[in-house]
Amino acid sequence: MLSFLLKRVSNMVLSLFVISIVAFIVIQLPPGDFLTTYMAQLTSAGQTVDNAEVASLNRQFGLDQPIYVQYYKWISGIVLRGDFGYSFNFRRPVTALLDERMGYSLILAFGTMILVYLLALPIGVYSAIKQYSIADYVVTLLGFLGLALPSFLFALIMMYLSNKYLGISVGGLFSPKYEMAPWSLERLGDFLSHLWVPMVVVGLSGTASLIRVMRATMLDELSQPYVETARAKGLSEARLILKYPVRLAVSPFISTIGWTLPNLISDTAIAAIVLSIPTVGPLLLTALLSQDMYLAGSIILILSFMTVVGTFISDLLLAWLDPRIRYE
Amino acid sequence: METNIRPVLLEVKDLKTHFKMRQGLIRAVDGVTFTLYRGETLGIVGESGCGKSITARSILRLIQPPGKIVSGQILLHMKAREGTSWQEIVDIAALQPDDPKIRQIRGGEVAMVFQEPMTSLSPVHTVGDQITEAIGLHQKCTQTEARKKAIDMLGRVRMSQPTRVFDQYPFQLSGGMRQRVMIAMALVCTPSLLIADEPTTALDVTTEAQILNVMRRLQRELGMAIMFITHNLGVVAQNTEHVAVMYLGQVVEIADVKSLFADPKHPYTQALMRSIPRLGKTTGQPLESIKGTIPDPYRTPMGCRFHARCPQAIRGVCEVQEPPVIEIKAGQQVRCHLYTK
Amino acid sequence: MEDEAKPLAPAPAIPDELPPTDEEPVTYATPLQMMWWRFKRHRMAIFGAVILILFYFVMVFADFFAPYEPNTRTPYMYSPPQTVHFIDNNGNLSLTPLVYGIGKTRNMETLELIYVEDKTQEYPIRFFVHSWPYKLWGIFDADLHFFGTPEQGADIFLLGTDHLARDMVSRIFFGARISLTIGLVGVFMSMIIGLIIGGISALYGGWLDNAIQRIIEVIISIPSLPLLMGLSAAIPREWSIEQTYFVFSLILSLISTTVIIRIVRGKFLSTRNLDFVTAARLYGSGEMRIIVQHLIPSFLSYVIVRVTLDIPRMILAETALSFLGIGLRPPSISWGVLLTQAQNYQTVVIYPWLLLPAVFVIFTVLAFSFMGDGLRDAADPFSNK
Repeated sequence: MLSFLLKRVSNMVLSLFVISIVAFIVIQLPPGDFLTTYMAQLTSAGQTVDNAEVASLNRQFGLDQPIYVQYYKWISGIVLRGDFGYSFNFRRPVTALLDERMGYSLILAFGTMILVYLLALPIGVYSAIKQYSIADYVVTLLGFLGLALPSFLFALIMMYLSNKYLGISVGGLFSPKYEMAPWSLERLGDFLSHLWVPMVVVGLSGTASLIRVMRATMLDELSQPYVETARAKGLSEARLILKYPVRLAVSPFISTIGWTLPNLISDTAIAAIVLSIPTVGPLLLTALLSQDMYLAGSIILILSFMTVVGTFISDLLLAWLDPRIRYE
Repeated sequence: METNIRPVLLEVKDLKTHFKMRQGLIRAVDGVTFTLYRGETLGIVGESGCGKSITARSILRLIQPPGKIVSGQILLHMKAREGTSWQEIVDIAALQPDDPKIRQIRGGEVAMVFQEPMTSLSPVHTVGDQITEAIGLHQKCTQTEARKKAIDMLGRVRMSQPTRVFDQYPFQLSGGMRQRVMIAMALVCTPSLLIADEPTTALDVTTEAQILNVMRRLQRELGMAIMFITHNLGVVAQNTEHVAVMYLGQVVEIADVKSLFADPKHPYTQALMRSIPRLGKTTGQPLESIKGTIPDPYRTPMGCRFHARCPQAIRGVCEVQEPPVIEIKAGQQVRCHLYTK
Repeated sequence: MEDEAKPLAPAPAIPDELPPTDEEPVTYATPLQMMWWRFKRHRMAIFGAVILILFYFVMVFADFFAPYEPNTRTPYMYSPPQTVHFIDNNGNLSLTPLVYGIGKTRNMETLELIYVEDKTQEYPIRFFVHSWPYKLWGIFDADLHFFGTPEQGADIFLLGTDHLARDMVSRIFFGARISLTIGLVGVFMSMIIGLIIGGISALYGGWLDNAIQRIIEVIISIPSLPLLMGLSAAIPREWSIEQTYFVFSLILSLISTTVIIRIVRGKFLSTRNLDFVTAARLYGSGEMRIIVQHLIPSFLSYVIVRVTLDIPRMILAETALSFLGIGLRPPSISWGVLLTQAQNYQTVVIYPWLLLPAVFVIFTVLAFSFMGDGLRDAADPFSNK
């Protein structure tokens, strides 16, 4: 068991190393770099650019060095000092920017994840038990809708409707009043009242697809002979459904928890952009568009890190839940 | 052989279980009648699709929609309660689907062992968990007591290392061991009737013999009745006392096992017997098979269901009228026009 | 309790001597026929297929169906969709639908420009009119259009106009050309590339196989949206529409390709040792024949499933990325590009018709999903539904 763990961990480290290289390369792909974009912006805004200033900025940001040097500096900074580099665009260390945003991203993702799992599981089970009932058809239709409705459109609709019919402005995470205020109970309330919008927007498609998966696995398990054996022993219908087919259908379900979280963080990007929510997604977009390479690269690296770790956790969870895998 | 009159345990009277499918109505069990006595072994034989499994499942009300018991009675004579001589007779077929009595009977009075032990046992629960669950449903006892009973039962089915097996998962056991677990699980609450639905079909011949031994021995020890469902006439010959032969949803002949093999009355039974290769007798001859094929279950023939394949069919009668059930002697009945007086 | 069953069929007559076999004549259905029958049973799948046929038909003949050239500017910016009337000025029922002219007034309080119906100008909508000339598919000269208001060159904006005063209907029809094809192109590419690489990986094994698998692992470890965003942002703005389209669809197909590589490789490895392959080898089939006749059909159903899931996914991805501004950009026209204006929430509140391309996206994705469901059920003739 221990050797298995060690092997997995070393694999993960290797993967992350390669990912960091790939992330860095992807950032470098657009022609030019931050400075050229910045200069282009300045010139189009009518401002003049001083060549000496450009040269000094170049040296300052290390942009005149060869790529592998830049990469090395970045990676060693991360590994040795936890320093993710400098954001040219915002003129602040990346770590500081991430600190702010990551918190909200995690809260949003976590909250959405809990909502999704809490909803999808029972609905999926119910829809499988009462197959072909009206409830089942409704659920299936909702599932399709959740699949087809782009999250950003749904976000817009939500904003439009809640503004028109509820009279509240639902962009962002705080009302203007509480934006910069220190934390208080009122601020918390305001926060929660804004939080539900992105949670619903992002959660819808996640719930829809999870319901479909749960329903399909449940249907498979319900037709298995061991269900009949349990019935023949005298178990009540409710108890036997929970103890047997649900238990079996749930384990692949639960094992997806590990990588759902990082997925949610990145999937919320578009909705976050539309709703002006200060999370990681919009930050990444801005970074990509302005070629703010350390910021963009760090975000991609962190998200990938979470995905890799998450997959590992999922595998562990699955092995714990399903003894068949353990003993293989 | 027996003049001792055993009490009646189960009476199935004109049971009909139908399945309403999109393509039509399947009369899987269409008028099955037989009586089972305490402690006896009844074999139910027939080809695939004759309705024997459905009959068994009807007894335990295990039929799920679109199937339904549409008429008939299943009278279970429950054990006399302590101190009284009054026996309760329950018509299982008449109970409401959510009647708690059904769950009491399942596993408590009547238990069932299924064909495929691998898929009939939950893969993610230990053997011990599954057996003690059965105990907990019908008996009041503590966890330690239940564990003890379960291990004891595993011993009685001649499982090697019962304490070790208790904590193992079904996939870690061989086919024969799994079937022993199924039997242990079924018998741990000492039911009056064990229904065994093709319990050895999935096993190799040696294991089959062992399992049949186990079942016979436990039957003697516990005094229970066994309803043995199979299509294997050899197994029937060795392990049953009475036999009911089914064809297309009906019982066509009931007899004690000796009479059935020595002098089968119904043409179908006769054909079945002829198709068994016998040592020394059939060498060099082509195997006999029953002419024709089983009719489409959606369109059962009028009159006697077997008439199209019957070499002794009476023209003008068999294809028009349903044959009556004729009693040849005590304990032997045939459903055939040939025996009307 | 017993229901009235269908009348029992009369049993076959008892012959004097039983025939050697008693079989009804059996007819065969080819697998394709069986698939079609099962597909037909799925009402939703048929509905989806009809919608898609309709959309693709309009797309192919976009020039014919569009009342305007998609980049034409009209004098009416942000015009709301015009109402089509069937009752004319005098209150009579008119068989030809008609629209009224567009008049501009200004709201005296907010100084906002408002469009009102100018009932003094009545324009019947005619079908099959001659309007702006085009080259159908770049080959045939034509100027016939499905509908229009030819009198005095009146304007007809069935779905309103956008921020540059261009007709939405025309832009949506032309936008379909990219939005509806990028999924197909992407999926096609992913299948070809996936098949080749997967096959090579499985056939040659060894370090090549290992290397390819590691690369794939790395790719799927990076969350897809950031990866797509990163790669799309890398497309230089100076490239032509065609180049951008091609590279963008390649990027979109990336995830799909990796999945197909895995499927193909997995199936190759597991089936090459199966008995029927050994049997084929034993009676002399060549390697190529084995691959084509045996291995490919065995994973075809998986690939079908993949494809039906990927086309809507790619359409949504293109819409989303273009919407954000990092996918396709103007002057390309796709539904996602059309939606970029809707990024601004204020704009959407005032001019909600800008969201209409999204309705088309939703319908397309739903149609593909339904059809995909139907195809999957149909391709598996032995499932119990």
